[in-house]
Amino acid sequence: MASKVTPAVMRKGFRVLGVAIRTEPVVFAGAVLASAVYGLMTVASAWALGWATEHVVLDAFADGDVADGAAATAVLLIVGVAVLKALGVGGRRILAGVLQFRMQARSRRGVTRQYLRLPLAWHHRHPTGQLLSNANADAEAAWAPLAPLPMAVGVVVMLVTAAVAMVVTDPVLALVGFLIFPAIAVLNLVYQRRLSPLATRAQQLRAEVSEIAHESFDGALVVKTLGREEEETRRFQAKAHELRDANIAVGRVRGLFDPILEALPTLGVLAVLVVGAVRLEQGAIDSGVLVQVAYLFTLLAFPIRALGWVLAELPRSVVGWERVQGVLEATGSMEYGSAEPAAEGPARLEVSGVSYSYGAAGEPVLRGIGFDLPPGRTVALVGPTGSGKSTLVQTLVRLVDPAAGAVRLDGVDLRDVARGGISRAMALVPQQTFLFDDTVRGNITLGLPLPDEDVWAALRLAQADGFVSALPAGLDTKVGERGTTLSGGQRQRVALARAIARRPRLLILDDATSSVDPQVEARILHGLRDSAEAATVVLVAYRMATIALADEIVYMEHGGIVDRGGHDELLGRCAGYRDLVTAYEREEAERAVLEAGSAGVSPDDIEDIEDIEEVPA
Amino acid sequence: MTMLQTVERSALATVRRGLSLTPEFRRGIAGTLALAVVATVGKIIVPIAVQQTIDTGLRNATPDLAYIRGAVAICAVAVLLTALAGYLMNVRLYKATEASLATLRVRGFRHVHDLSVLTQNTERRGAMVSRVTGDVDQISTFMQFGGLMIIVAGGQLVVASVLMLVYSWQLTMLVWACFLPLMVALPRFQRWLSGAYTQVRERTGDMLGAVSESVVGAQVIRAYGVEDRTAERIDAAIGANYAAQSRAQKIVATVFPLTEVVSALAIAGVVLLGVRLGLDGGISQGQLVAFLFLITLFVSPLQVATEVLNDAQNAIAGWRRILGVLETPADVADPGPAGVELPRGPISVRFEGVEFAYPGGKPVLREIDLEIPPRSRIAVVGETGSGKTTFAKLLTRLMDPTAGRVLVDGHDLRDVRFSSLRERIVMVPQDGFLFEGTLAENIRFGRPSATDDEILLGLTELGLADWLEGLPAGLATQVGQRGESLSAGERQLVALARAYLADPDLLLLDEATSAVDPATEVRLARALEGVTRGRTAVSIAHRLSTAEAADEVLVFDRGRVVQRGPHAELVARPGVYADLHASWVSAARS
Ligand SMILES: Nc1ncnc2c1ncn2[C@@H]1O[C@H](COP(=O)(O)OP(=O)(O)O)[C@@H](O)[C@H]1O
Ligand SMILES: Nc1ncnc2c1ncn2[C@@H]1O[C@H](COP(=O)(O)OP(=O)(O)O)[C@@H](O)[C@H]1O
Ligand SMILES: [Mg+2]
Ligand SMILES: [Mg+2]
Repeated sequence: MASKVTPAVMRKGFRVLGVAIRTEPVVFAGAVLASAVYGLMTVASAWALGWATEHVVLDAFADGDVADGAAATAVLLIVGVAVLKALGVGGRRILAGVLQFRMQARSRRGVTRQYLRLPLAWHHRHPTGQLLSNANADAEAAWAPLAPLPMAVGVVVMLVTAAVAMVVTDPVLALVGFLIFPAIAVLNLVYQRRLSPLATRAQQLRAEVSEIAHESFDGALVVKTLGREEEETRRFQAKAHELRDANIAVGRVRGLFDPILEALPTLGVLAVLVVGAVRLEQGAIDSGVLVQVAYLFTLLAFPIRALGWVLAELPRSVVGWERVQGVLEATGSMEYGSAEPAAEGPARLEVSGVSYSYGAAGEPVLRGIGFDLPPGRTVALVGPTGSGKSTLVQTLVRLVDPAAGAVRLDGVDLRDVARGGISRAMALVPQQTFLFDDTVRGNITLGLPLPDEDVWAALRLAQADGFVSALPAGLDTKVGERGTTLSGGQRQRVALARAIARRPRLLILDDATSSVDPQVEARILHGLRDSAEAATVVLVAYRMATIALADEIVYMEHGGIVDRGGHDELLGRCAGYRDLVTAYEREEAERAVLEAGSAGVSPDDIEDIEDIEEVPA
Repeated sequence: MTMLQTVERSALATVRRGLSLTPEFRRGIAGTLALAVVATVGKIIVPIAVQQTIDTGLRNATPDLAYIRGAVAICAVAVLLTALAGYLMNVRLYKATEASLATLRVRGFRHVHDLSVLTQNTERRGAMVSRVTGDVDQISTFMQFGGLMIIVAGGQLVVASVLMLVYSWQLTMLVWACFLPLMVALPRFQRWLSGAYTQVRERTGDMLGAVSESVVGAQVIRAYGVEDRTAERIDAAIGANYAAQSRAQKIVATVFPLTEVVSALAIAGVVLLGVRLGLDGGISQGQLVAFLFLITLFVSPLQVATEVLNDAQNAIAGWRRILGVLETPADVADPGPAGVELPRGPISVRFEGVEFAYPGGKPVLREIDLEIPPRSRIAVVGETGSGKTTFAKLLTRLMDPTAGRVLVDGHDLRDVRFSSLRERIVMVPQDGFLFEGTLAENIRFGRPSATDDEILLGLTELGLADWLEGLPAGLATQVGQRGESLSAGERQLVALARAYLADPDLLLLDEATSAVDPATEVRLARALEGVTRGRTAVSIAHRLSTAEAADEVLVFDRGRVVQRGPHAELVARPGVYADLHASWVSAARS
């Protein structure tokens, strides 16, 4: 990781700065101009005061009278220079801010556009925390040197002006300056070289501390229910102490260099005095000049450090920039074709030879899945936990592209469908409900101009109208981050209404009623069947009643299709399927036997049950 | 929205309260302050000494070289001493502040976990995180630099004023008169600025929230093709953040350069008034020149102070936010060592007249009076939204009832020590949240001392050995952030194993296997039935067999327990349960 001020990092850093300058040339030029005005005026203020001392104060004491013209000029000079200087500072600050904030906003927009554009498979490969910090901390770090940059450029102007001014007033005194200022610059460089690896490490630890806090607060319920507060605190504390030590290490370097850098200019002034006194004795200069040069020294001491600030930020900036660039340059975004699916009528879906695996080297999660779904039909995907149902469903709505094989909508490969075409035709209710931090209405319409009647109709079908109308602000109730203020089943039903409200041609429900009780589920499903005859439906389900709604069942295990057909067919010939869907029934029957056993029951009954138990595996 | 408290107090009181929480800061503070005095005095005296040298050594037409050399040598020594004192003070200060801020962070972090789930949920996760991270960082800048600078600046201001008075009281008055309006206006500027920065923080929070939705909600956004709308929302949030930043910057950039203009006015005034006084014999030429120099000495601390006040403002905001965490009472508090320790063994529970309402809402549980005998198996059923999860949270004391009480083994839950309570009563929530790491690490979260063999044994007892074998990396499988590299059902299995390994006396399952396939669920239920024999078990489930297997069924309807009793009894009577049962039967058999 680039953490030291090495020539390579400097080159990269300057290239990053170059990008900002090329992107916002006018703002940058304005900021530098303002900064140069400030620099010139800083030098000028020393000169103005010198002029006033000489032509007003000294002359007045010499002549015993104040020359009004000179006094007025002095006032104008002093105040005028100060006003220009103030404008310079203000202008520089505003423009430097504009430069920095604009670049940050630009990076953030770019990065989040990419998040929205890149396929879900890319998201699977990148941890959430990293993506969030790319958009936040990295975008900020990348452009951090822009704040002191115009000042630093201005300082260069100032130094040149001061150097010229000193050479003109007295070359010998100027020599002192030429020794002191490079010394300050070199010391600054040494300082930054020592500091920046430590500062980068502290920055890294700060991110880690924040990650721990985020995860821990996210899982607060688990921490609480298992009483693991102590352990979590220790985990956090260990990192917080690492951060503390890193910060102290930074502090040691700062604590050493800051006083030295502060002392150097004063030592410079003292050197000027010693040399100046000699020159004065030689009659080469007068005391006014000496005062002026001494004043210049004190003035320059502070701004020269702006150069150091820019250098200090460069390594961090390079790291941030590279991370942001990593997102901006990520390829493999989804390509869209130009086919527009039909607008009306149930969709036809053909799945052929679909395989998929998470990560490049991962085990295949789907292996050669194929089935046809004629328009208006309902298929149920059934299979044990982890058999790949949710993954398959993601390929159906082209959240991910299969590694091999194809999914066709009305005969058109999904990859050839125009952007937005798929989401207009299909609606997926994912297994993991996600609600936006928005109102109930916003969560259902997602920006579509749906009239309230349609929203209510969808809520009714999802059996959610009751509780929504009881919410304090009805459709306008905010549901909180990820919908925290609703119960699990309520969240699921809002998500369901979101899908229904679009009147999709293909509706996909991935175990979308798992938190809903069977009574409500039955009402939802019947409602759907009665109203959704215009849609083709894919259901991932476990409950028999849900499965019974399907015309065909696809039974999966370990990412492959084991069998497909009608419910009765599969019950008869597919052991895995039978095991799965009759699990409750069998359990109930066994229980009945046990209870009957204690109450005395006929052996006939028991045989019946054993029939069910001993299905061939 | 947030339920975290903000105690109204002045800036000074906030700082004092903040410092009182961190004893590390006060330790050795006397030595640090002594060094600070040396460094400060050095910083103030050296420029004056330099000026004096110029003044005295150069006054005559023939400069007194010997005097200048001597004075310069003394000044040089003073500069070096100042630097040395500065170095020593800095190191001490960094150590003390970093130690105290680390303490503050850790205390804040711990306290967040001590807050009730309700309070935790009233604030965005990101905002909560920044209270113990970024907001604390804001304090450090001030404590390591700004705080001292204000003291230094104050000292410099006083010394400069006194010296100016020595030269000429009239000119001093003039200078003060010039600066007075600025000083009076400064607090107002600070308020503007503080308002502007509050805005920046809020807009940044909104922006991060919007960005995070685009990442966490990636699936839904794609499935519904709402990329453009999401992008618009994010852009709006980024734009608002930019606007807030720019506004704050504009205030800073307009206000602070004012000192430049004011000090120029003061200097010009002193030149004009000074020469007139001089002509009247009130002040010598040398004194006037020296006075002009003193003005810069007077102005520079003011400039520093205006800049540093900005840091101070941020630090105070930071202190307020971390104090906001620490001073929010842990409304569901651990009674601590004074509390009751429950002995191990089967647990009985009693609800007495329990009522619960979420803050600002209508009661969602009413008149709950019931008893759960030790070793019993209870099934809780009812429609979604009827209050089952709320009941579970009260039973595990994630929340306290608004009225009535919950008793465990005869003790009010509020009197039971958390260490004892959390060991004996464990709930498995519906959403199987996992921490990033391996499967083994997550299961071990239930019992940190568990070995891999014990974990394997636990999984085998739960009938999950087959499932584990199907995972290529076994216990070393990485589960991803929030467990998202596992399927939803698998996450629930891990969460259940985690709770099982914790070995509680009362296990409460809140739809803990809702995403698991029926065969696995039945196997799991049966395994649990075996291994929890002798313990109390409460299951919330939409499953017929859970209810049938239970000793007693509690039927919730709109916040009340409307029926209770064994399955056989309830099913025979018309009512809510019979209806539920009918729908289950039809659901299971089709
Ligand atoms: N984001 C992911 N990264 C890696 N592996 C995953 C990811 N999501 C799911 N898997 C794995 O893929 C398999 C299938 O998961 P999934 O399709 O969710 O199953 P189902 O929906 O049938 O329960 C599981 O073994 C799971 O661990
Ligand atoms: N954090 C919360 N804030 C406000 N209301 C809530 C909150 N959590 C749940 N509720 C409300 O309390 C009621 C009961 O919810 P819950 O106990 O989760 O139901 P169940 O578990 O039976 O589905 C619901 O109407 C729900 O909207
Ligand atoms: Mg799934
Ligand atoms: Mg619930």
